[in-house]
Amino acid sequence: MKTRGEAPCAACLAIFLSLASLRAAGPDTILLRGATVHPVSGPDIADAAVLMRDGKIAEVGPRIAVPKGARIIELKGLHVYPGMIDSDTEIGLTEIEAVREMSDISDIGLFKPQLRAATAVNPASEHIPVTRANGITSVITSPGGGIVAGQSVLMHLSGWTMEDMAVRAPAAMRLEFPNIRTPNRFAAAAETPGRTSAYAEAKKRYEQQMRDLNDFMESARRYRQAKAAAGTGFETDLKFEAMIPVLDGELPMLIRAEREKTIKEAIAFADKQKVHMILERGAEAWKVAADLKAHNIPVILPPTLRLPDEEDNPYDKPFSIPGELFKAGVKFAFASFGPGDEDNPRNLPYEAAAAVGFGLPPEEALRAVTLYAAQIWGVGDELGSIEKGKWADLIVTDGDPLETRTQIKQMFIKGAAVDLDNKHHRLYEKYLAR
Amino acid sequence: MKRFVLFLLPLLEATLLPAAQTTVIRNATVITVTKGTFQGSILIRDGKIVEAGEKVLVPDGARVIDAGGQFVMPGIIDCHSHIAADSINEGAVAVSSMVGIEDVINPDDIDIYRALAGGVTTANILHGSANPIGGKCQVMKMRWGKDAQGLIFEGAMPGIKFALGENVKRSGSPGNGFGASPGLRYPASRMGVEDVIREALTEARAYQKEWRDYQAKVDRHEQAIPPRRDLKLEPLVEVLEGKRYVHAHCYRADEILMLLRVADDFGFKIRTLQHGLEAYKVAREIAAEGTGVSTFSDWWAYKAEAFDAIPYNAAILVRKGVLVSLNSDSAELMRHLNTEAAKAMKYGGLSETEALSLVTINPAKQLGIENRVGSIEPGKDADLTIFDKHPLSNYAKVEKVFIDGDLYFDREKDLEERPGKEARKKALIDKEKAQENKERKKPEPAEDKKTEEPGGAQ
Repeated sequence: MKTRGEAPCAACLAIFLSLASLRAAGPDTILLRGATVHPVSGPDIADAAVLMRDGKIAEVGPRIAVPKGARIIELKGLHVYPGMIDSDTEIGLTEIEAVREMSDISDIGLFKPQLRAATAVNPASEHIPVTRANGITSVITSPGGGIVAGQSVLMHLSGWTMEDMAVRAPAAMRLEFPNIRTPNRFAAAAETPGRTSAYAEAKKRYEQQMRDLNDFMESARRYRQAKAAAGTGFETDLKFEAMIPVLDGELPMLIRAEREKTIKEAIAFADKQKVHMILERGAEAWKVAADLKAHNIPVILPPTLRLPDEEDNPYDKPFSIPGELFKAGVKFAFASFGPGDEDNPRNLPYEAAAAVGFGLPPEEALRAVTLYAAQIWGVGDELGSIEKGKWADLIVTDGDPLETRTQIKQMFIKGAAVDLDNKHHRLYEKYLAR
Repeated sequence: MKRFVLFLLPLLEATLLPAAQTTVIRNATVITVTKGTFQGSILIRDGKIVEAGEKVLVPDGARVIDAGGQFVMPGIIDCHSHIAADSINEGAVAVSSMVGIEDVINPDDIDIYRALAGGVTTANILHGSANPIGGKCQVMKMRWGKDAQGLIFEGAMPGIKFALGENVKRSGSPGNGFGASPGLRYPASRMGVEDVIREALTEARAYQKEWRDYQAKVDRHEQAIPPRRDLKLEPLVEVLEGKRYVHAHCYRADEILMLLRVADDFGFKIRTLQHGLEAYKVAREIAAEGTGVSTFSDWWAYKAEAFDAIPYNAAILVRKGVLVSLNSDSAELMRHLNTEAAKAMKYGGLSETEALSLVTINPAKQLGIENRVGSIEPGKDADLTIFDKHPLSNYAKVEKVFIDGDLYFDREKDLEERPGKEARKKALIDKEKAQENKERKKPEPAEDKKTEEPGGAQ
């Protein structure tokens, strides 16, 4: 009786130990082998190995000598992909958006370049483990509201502090480009005699905001000049200080512009101000594809899984736009942010998959949630593919990560095994057992 | 004469054909949902499925659709949608059972066509969630092109919306976020929500008795004055008598149990818990009542009562014996309920058939229309969706959709018609522009100037 009881216990202990070591593993040396490796930057490699050392990818290939002390993880029949990158989220800035006290997305004012998303990200947010459980290893989190909303951060989805997590803090200065916005179409249509129409009011507001934006840029430029001249009486201004890397062309401007007119104006603005522009939520980027290509402006797409922007657009317009942009030679990355799914960045891979049936090659869909995103955020040599020298942000799957039915089996961020458990899974186990 | 008919046939095939004819879909992977999956054909006649099997004889004169390499499944059923309606919420009162979606059907809503193009053939259109007892629902088929009457799913069980929790309480809270409310409206707490429902059902019971007493007198040939009709209480009497299904919007486990107790006390069953994001916590109690759950696949955290929502909800409920469907509550999500179903495989390990049941036969049962739709079986309505790949794949797209045997969506045809539509649109825009230019050239009468430039007037 006793011996019969011991055998499973020993097995339990072995599993426990291996799990514990997996979880405790820091950025040491780990060799993944036997899997099909999908570097994304090059062709797939069957029965290959990936060596991770000090958080980075040390080697990739069909044959790798086992270094002394390396932990070996056998992955026969499984696949290794780079972790996915979501280029438009609010992760860490809000837990339950409807609860005011739980949201730090936006602040008061129109020009707030000094505000940093990295400051307010809660590394203990439940959204982080929930999101990464589906293979997303890093995200852009952006502040919102006003005109210059603040600084976005590119971060790994693992770490005790922002210092552990940050890939680029800041990654971009976010600008919500002014546009003519009426409360709704009924208000826009209503013309009360003797009273300014909603449209006229919105147009006036937009024109004022454009003047303010240009003035703000001009003031920032003069501030930079004054600072360089270091004359007497120079006073530090934190708003303008934050704009200097933008004016120097070191920090890209993430410009939100959805409709054709706004996108065109944003391109002209970026040209005139000589800022490095990334177009965000460019729903109508397809109408301006040639311009975007000519100016070498990359696009962060709004969700593919959305309704057509116009009632008389073809029903599948949002699905076919990524394919059209690909054919036009515009660089883009998928993102999850949109109505309903702003709380669901774990669905990022399905935004990419939805474009595949409608003209986007599948390998391009995968690159647009990995390598292209990294390149757009200026970290193409650090993230987004399985190549020597890059951060070891990897996922192990039992199939194509863009398919819902595929399971994410393991994850490594900066070369360390990441626990895939999360609030949802814990509640599942608890109540399944009830 | 015969030769003439033969000559016409190819022409007829190019148009959307009427139901009174025979169609065979062949060479397809047929996913019946209830009777397995096989390589074979489906015979459709007079809008009904006549036969589905590996070998089906093609009758003379039948239209043949070759679906080689493609997948046919039952038309998708969405148990919770708000499309095709001119208004959704009558929020001025806490009990709005006197209103109904049937009176506000909008057959021109483009979302009907978009839903079709996502493989949906039937949807339950519900009143909103602004009140503990909301308006009457309407089950519709996505018969794009038909008038309001033509959309109605004839013979479907009538339904009514109930709602619990945050949305309902919001009208009782000052500074609510859902549009301006002119004043506070009871209830403002989950206690008040229960009270409003109990009060209304108590009234309904008294009203039911008035009519029964009256009927008894009539039966005894006594003189009797009929009670005054009450349009608010009539649907609630139907609820008490099991003639109208309750589809109840809810989130938290405690409020779910509250509603089940109330229904028990009044002697009726809640047909479905809509959303029921915490239903997994009380799966046992729900299963014991025989109540269904129609939920989201994976939405969470968008409000406080959705913070414990988990994507495993559907799978846990299925495992505990609850009849479950996945719904959209969104014109967008409605377009890909097939891959929403796939999420129940990922989260909780349902089988392919169990997953597809969540958007076909299960919602059909919840709506009381399972003898008509929800699976591919002889005798059922020929409501079918053809995908180019397995419908649980994220790469699959809808090729054709049949309702009552009629082809209502055809991707090929949609693509063919696009250049013509674009040309017509351009012609209209050009005409409008030409008109504007002509008007601009005319000298403006002085007295009109003031209204022409509203920006100048204050």
